[in-house]
Amino acid sequence: MSATTIEPGEHAAPVIELVEVRKTYRTGSIEFEALRGVSLRIDQGEYVAVMGPSGSGKSTLMNILGCLDTRTAGSYRLAGEDVGEMDEVDLAEIRNQRIGFVFQQFNLLPSLPAWRNVELPLSYAGVPRGERRARAIAALERVGLGEKVGNRPGELSGGQQQRVAVARALVSEPALVLADEPTGNLDSTATADVLQLFDELHAQGRTVVLITHEQEVAERAARIIRVRDGLLAEVGVRS
Amino acid sequence: MTWFDTFRTGWEAIRSHRLRSALTMLGILIGIAAVVLTVGLGLGSQQQVGASISSLGSNLLIVSPGSSTDSGGVRGGFGSASTLTVADAQALTSDTAAPDIAAVAPVKSTSTALAAGDTTWTTSVVGTTADWLDVRTRTLAGGRFLTTADDADQAAVTVLGSETATELFGTTDAVGRTVSIGDLSFEVVGVLTAAGSDSTTNLDDQALVPMSTAANRIIGGSTRTAVSTIYLRATSEDTLSAAYQEAQALLLTRHGISDAESADFSIASQESLLATATSVSRTLTVLLTGIAALSLLVGGIGVMNIMLVSVTERTREIGLRKALGAPPAAIRRQFLVEATVLGLAGGLLGALLGIVAARVLPTLLDTTIVVSPAAVAGSIAVAVAIGIVFGVYPATRAARLAPIDALRSE
Ligand SMILES: Nc1ncnc2c1ncn2[C@@H]1O[C@H](COP(=O)(O)OP(=O)(O)OP(=O)(O)O)[C@@H](O)[C@H]1O
Ligand SMILES: [Mg+2]
Repeated sequence: MSATTIEPGEHAAPVIELVEVRKTYRTGSIEFEALRGVSLRIDQGEYVAVMGPSGSGKSTLMNILGCLDTRTAGSYRLAGEDVGEMDEVDLAEIRNQRIGFVFQQFNLLPSLPAWRNVELPLSYAGVPRGERRARAIAALERVGLGEKVGNRPGELSGGQQQRVAVARALVSEPALVLADEPTGNLDSTATADVLQLFDELHAQGRTVVLITHEQEVAERAARIIRVRDGLLAEVGVRS
Repeated sequence: MTWFDTFRTGWEAIRSHRLRSALTMLGILIGIAAVVLTVGLGLGSQQQVGASISSLGSNLLIVSPGSSTDSGGVRGGFGSASTLTVADAQALTSDTAAPDIAAVAPVKSTSTALAAGDTTWTTSVVGTTADWLDVRTRTLAGGRFLTTADDADQAAVTVLGSETATELFGTTDAVGRTVSIGDLSFEVVGVLTAAGSDSTTNLDDQALVPMSTAANRIIGGSTRTAVSTIYLRATSEDTLSAAYQEAQALLLTRHGISDAESADFSIASQESLLATATSVSRTLTVLLTGIAALSLLVGGIGVMNIMLVSVTERTREIGLRKALGAPPAAIRRQFLVEATVLGLAGGLLGALLGIVAARVLPTLLDTTIVVSPAAVAGSIAVAVAIGIVFGVYPATRAARLAPIDALRSE
């Protein structure tokens, strides 16, 4: 394994194993290598923050971890399974069952009330309707929005919208939660609420990977990964 | 995702873009309504023609001068009008040579002015025999019909069509009054019951006179013995073809022609007239339906266009659904259902509009529109098929997008 591989606890099982992953974007005839050989291991139950300057490749990395985009080279094993071997349908199932996403722009469907947004992953998992509704409402209660289940995104504040998005990410009980600047559009109070939720998820034993620009946000994580020019530059593990 | 969820999602997408969905449906709706109406119009005119021909009576044969296969050539010229004569008609009444022919009515007509007092009215003066009433299945509103005695006497008597009577005598009873044709005075002995018009002539505007009177006292000249048509009635519907054979054989012999192919007359039955008329209106129906189908196609392209726009506009939504675990098939199904619902709704509304118009239009225009259940069902099926066919392409395209590319798009 390369020098940038991180191996903390010996006993925990790896959730994520990247080996020499590269990602090249093509814009017309111009090629740009956003990731230039990233090797990374994240274990079950870790809370990891990803930091780095704008344009360094954080989101690119996150999209590959979440199976939203494909690698140009290198291998990716998610929970021991080789993602490279999977077809579209397998990948959809992985995203549905194993991963919960939280995006900077919330990405809620404006025409649906909060609980219908939250139940979406369950509907693709084939959960029966009655159970779906109950679980969606329970998830909204967990993020403190029990009163707002019927509100559409347009009828919620930014912080509340992001909490709906967190509820959607946790409703299917995924092992891995990926968040790309989830607090980027929020003020300090809303940020604190959302980070509190991530702390709780971590406390439940879920693996959390969080991209952020802010040092205080990153401080919450047990481990900080720094990305620079498509490479993992520097790694800090807090005791 | 269950079918129920898929339908709900599709329906919500349609509802949240009300105007756009309505315009799409309008395209389909107009196309379907056009198909239902034009097919209905075609069927209606076929039925109308059929009805007016049936009113002639199903055991009627019509003998016309000239051949149907040879429309000019050797025997042609204008002389063809004189190949049938009063004597031919007389021969056809024979019980031995033509036992299956029950009645014979030769007809000879000319257009002439009729005068009653100060009123004049130009109409067709028809010379015929006593059998005419029976052969043409007409009835009298008043008075009596022409008799064999009238014919023998070259009597100056006439039976008027209902419209002719009204034109000349107004609402007063015409029977017993006098009309002059040329310089002869005729007694009106009867008036026919109104019968409307068939496809070519007004059956209620004519003046019937004895054949001999028409030949000798009104028309005269060298063509006095020629008739324009001989109407025959077979003894029953079953003997129609026998009557046909007999009439043909007899006339061929009388005209000294050995080959039926070169006959100088033609015999038509109601059935053959019906077939000709039907084939003409069927051609028209096919043409109109083609035009209507084109408008349906344009509507279908409208649906495809809307679906493409809808997919493009909702790329982020598709990306999000894929990120949350929607397999390509689920996305494809969602758009298919959307397109199908649009097609079905437009189809049902269009069929409804067509049916309503088929009720309303005939009262405004003088037409018959027959709504055919097959056309309604067929056009709805076509609308749904359009929805599915034109929904497939954009849906497949949407399902193929990589989640992140879809999510990143604005
Ligand atoms: N679809 C794309 N096509 C071409 N180049 C891209 C594409 N996406 C990202 N890039 C390039 O890849 C590099 C890394 O982008 P990425 O979005 O991963 O940065 P980031 O670290 O998330 O930055 P930020 O903190 O601003 O979000 C950038 O230089 C960007 O211009
Ligand atoms: Mg980014």
